[in-house]
Amino acid sequence: MSVIYLDNNATTRVDEAVLAAMLPYLSEFYGNPSSMHTFGGQVGKAVKQAREQVAALLGAESTEIVFTSCGTEGNNSAIRAALAARPNKTHIIISQVEHAAVLNQCKQLENQGYTVTYLSVDGQGQIDLAELEASLTGNTALVSIMYANNETGVVFPIEQIGQIVKENGAIFHVDAVQAAGKIPLNMKTSTVDMMTISGHKLHAPKGIGVLYVRKGVRFRPMLIGGHQEKGRRAGTENVPGIIALGQACELALQHLDNVFEEQALRDLLEQGILNTIPDTVVNGHPKYRLPNTTNIGFKYIEGEAILLSMNQYGICASSGSACTSGSLEPSHVLRAMGLPYSVLHGSIRFSLSRYTKQAEVEKVLSILPPVIERLRALSPFKNDQEAWLQEQEKALAATPK
Amino acid sequence: MWEYTDKVMDLFYNPKNQGLIEAADKPGIKVVTGEVGSIACGDALRLHLKVDEATNIILDAKFQTFGCASAIASSSALTEMIVGMTVDQALNLTNKEIAEYLGGLPEEKMHCSVMGQEALEAAIYSYKGIPLAHHEEDESAMICRCFGITETRIKKTIKENNLTTAEQVTNYIKAGGGCTTCLSDIDDLITDVWEGVEQEKILVPVIEPETDTLPKLTNLQKITLIQKVLETEVKPFLAADGGDVELYDVEGDKVKVVLKGACGSCPSSTVTLKVAIEQKLQQLVLPSLVVESV
Repeated sequence: MSVIYLDNNATTRVDEAVLAAMLPYLSEFYGNPSSMHTFGGQVGKAVKQAREQVAALLGAESTEIVFTSCGTEGNNSAIRAALAARPNKTHIIISQVEHAAVLNQCKQLENQGYTVTYLSVDGQGQIDLAELEASLTGNTALVSIMYANNETGVVFPIEQIGQIVKENGAIFHVDAVQAAGKIPLNMKTSTVDMMTISGHKLHAPKGIGVLYVRKGVRFRPMLIGGHQEKGRRAGTENVPGIIALGQACELALQHLDNVFEEQALRDLLEQGILNTIPDTVVNGHPKYRLPNTTNIGFKYIEGEAILLSMNQYGICASSGSACTSGSLEPSHVLRAMGLPYSVLHGSIRFSLSRYTKQAEVEKVLSILPPVIERLRALSPFKNDQEAWLQEQEKALAATPK
Repeated sequence: MWEYTDKVMDLFYNPKNQGLIEAADKPGIKVVTGEVGSIACGDALRLHLKVDEATNIILDAKFQTFGCASAIASSSALTEMIVGMTVDQALNLTNKEIAEYLGGLPEEKMHCSVMGQEALEAAIYSYKGIPLAHHEEDESAMICRCFGITETRIKKTIKENNLTTAEQVTNYIKAGGGCTTCLSDIDDLITDVWEGVEQEKILVPVIEPETDTLPKLTNLQKITLIQKVLETEVKPFLAADGGDVELYDVEGDKVKVVLKGACGSCPSSTVTLKVAIEQKLQQLVLPSLVVESV
């Protein structure tokens, strides 16, 4: 059975050109880029070229690129670095819908004496700039906001946020793991101080990432050791990963011109679902969204059941439902948006890539309606009167959270 | 991805007995419903039973479930298991047996089997006209506010499933799985429950043997002690339900007993009883004892 992969916000396929570029660095060119001999030196040159390829995608200087192992490391070290650079300040601002790599890091920092403001989002997943402005104080060391949300694809107005943060003087970090390669970035004209990128979200392999650190921004490394990455990230370079990421960034930059094609397929999928399946809603802002992502709530049924039903046909997607995570709580992002429970548990994220074909989208549109209908026939809620459902939601609103 | 058994996946894709039961149109037939969970919890089960009032036999069972694959499979399993049972036999069904029918569930999904057992209990209580057990429970303290789970219910689950960690409790009935602030309260309840059991053991001084003399029991001493435990610990408990037990023989560690009266005729209670008697004997006489019903 062929796989229809619509889970590209989780991870992506390694591009064939990327694989071809990295393979020699797993066999023939195994030297250490720090070595003095030519054999290692040629690897160092390749790393330098990859750094330039990454910088080009970000519109940055190559000296501002720090290679890391993943998005989580980028986010962790950016936050730690910012706090170390502002030793007298103990306040952090993030949003309620950040990725766990930021959210849980900040929760831990609260135990270490830091105060964290979690900016709320509205029903469409947007933050309120006035709330940000009101939250900034002289004690704020860092503002960390994601560029685009991994679950809904909602894009935040990063430069507007940056203006406000800069007026205050705090460090501004952006988790751009989902945005890189989907939205044009230009660090030269940006207000962002640090930005996290992850390789496997843009057709490079897992295990490689980048933290952009603006020239002049104070930085304290998390990994202490050798002089690699100009002392900002010790440890022998993951050379094959770096070469792969360089190649992937070059391809991503080329693809930015064609991203509207991906968006057209996304819209075809989204509209198709809304038109053929009753009781469905799009979660997140209809306009300020990544071109490849749609998050759809299928009312009255549960996400895991939908995913496993689609899995029978080789369709891969994700859900924010409680049952898929093992945490028993549905997605913190959708809850922060205040979505009703009838939508929350049945929300499915479809995320496309440049490899997605129209025929695949059409196949999903033919398979999905009977799948949803079958699960709704099993559900006690679908056949009930709206009144009963409202009663449940009301009872829930009355119970303390 | 969860590791579901083939049985779970089969019953998820092809569930049996889904839907409603039409209201009874014949005298002597009663249709009842038991419901647990809610859309907020992320899973809910509505169980419909059709019962013959003369024999108390469950003639038909159907379900409607909102939930994940294992919730749907557990519901289907439950309906398959209980048709043909009397309501009292069905009441003895445990969540473990539902999970076993499915070839096992991931521990994080055990709450799906608990949901089945609770819906069944709710439906049968409704049939018998008994107010629901959790109405009494409401009197006890609310421990998990996220999922609305009380002390009584948590303690019951700990005891029935032999749970020893708060994480297990979360997997079985979700308590503690939301904001997680009550996890330490659940730890306390676990301590309470098992300390209570220790206490009970100590409160039986007459037949509490010296632990270090245990292995030195002669055959005669052993038989006498078994007889004594059956007389003082088991028989009074059985008598309440119109049953009785008699020691038939002891061969090494094998204790052969004859179950009599009401419990002797009921296949499901025989199993339950065998386990109950075995536990008592293992606890109070010798840990190696095995009970066999003849």
